[in-house]
Amino acid sequence: MVRLDDRHLDALREVGNIGAAHAATSLAALLQRQVRITVPTVQLLSFDHVADAVGGAEDVVVGTYFRIGGDFPGNLFFILPAESARTVLHAMWGDGPFVEGADLQSDLALSALGEMGNILTSSYLVSLSEFTGGRVETSVPAVAVDMAQAILQVGMFTAEADSCLIIHTGAHIEELDIWCHFLLVPDPESVAPLLGALGVNGS
Amino acid sequence: MITGNVVHVGMADLKVVHCPDRLRSVGLGSCVGIALWDPVTKVAGLAHVMLPSSEGFPREQRAKFADTAVDWLVEMMLEHRARKERLQAKLAGGAQMFTFAGKNDLLKIGPRNVEASRRALAKWSIPIVAEDVGGTTGRTIELSSEDGSLWVRTVRGGSIVI
Repeated sequence: MVRLDDRHLDALREVGNIGAAHAATSLAALLQRQVRITVPTVQLLSFDHVADAVGGAEDVVVGTYFRIGGDFPGNLFFILPAESARTVLHAMWGDGPFVEGADLQSDLALSALGEMGNILTSSYLVSLSEFTGGRVETSVPAVAVDMAQAILQVGMFTAEADSCLIIHTGAHIEELDIWCHFLLVPDPESVAPLLGALGVNGS
Repeated sequence: MITGNVVHVGMADLKVVHCPDRLRSVGLGSCVGIALWDPVTKVAGLAHVMLPSSEGFPREQRAKFADTAVDWLVEMMLEHRARKERLQAKLAGGAQMFTFAGKNDLLKIGPRNVEASRRALAKWSIPIVAEDVGGTTGRTIELSSEDGSLWVRTVRGGSIVI
């Protein structure tokens, strides 16, 4: 992986900013609420600390996962902590039989949350493609409800040694106290072409 | 009651402890926890492997791969007063976290990790006395050096001891 200086980090933060901003617009439209996004962080995190960004290794989350192909292969996660996921279901469906007890593993809940994750991550990836002018191919998204660490592991197989580069942006709906997270995990060999497409290659 | 310390074993890492300490790995998805135990000297070892084969990777990352991690863990156990012919193994993990994701090979790595772990243990003729592998759920595990029991917790199924 290339050594990252401040210009590189700024450019990667901008990817996280624009991607999450587009996704947040979709989320705001979906839930009819105002959504704020955090300042993105770009960090090389050891495997055991990746899940800290979304709460903790054993925290139960709903994770939507995209494997990205094209010019910048990598992984994109949309992570919704369990409590926020229940609130989202409630906001979409109101009080009703589907929400009582809120079993996030039910087919209906998984399908709804997976579809929501699909819409948001697609927005993120479209903006990544537009911003970089690069080709971004996506797979069918997959959704799972489990420990954060177990879900995020899928993005670490392509990493070098014992850490990976994470572009993390949080999104917050204050009115409903919903937190969610976008984690872009480029493969190590994608970092140089990504920076090149952003116009900050070399030093 | 002597409870000992709980020693954390992170991803792509391995550790060995003596009685009464315990070894713990959290949030195993497709990763596999390979637990070894010598019932006489009560030495316990745990490797948290991510990928099946070290072929084509640098030697420094031995704990990351099932094949090299088993070799290293056995060597370490032997240095810590364990005897090869007494060692017994337990496996946990190797899930496929995302199920309807087409033909992305990265998502099928769990079952391959389990297979590679079994092969590596067979090479040392170490019997696998219990396992909780595969499925679609993440696991947190804790290995007791006192009795070799492996505690396995999942989000959906609660806890079991194997």
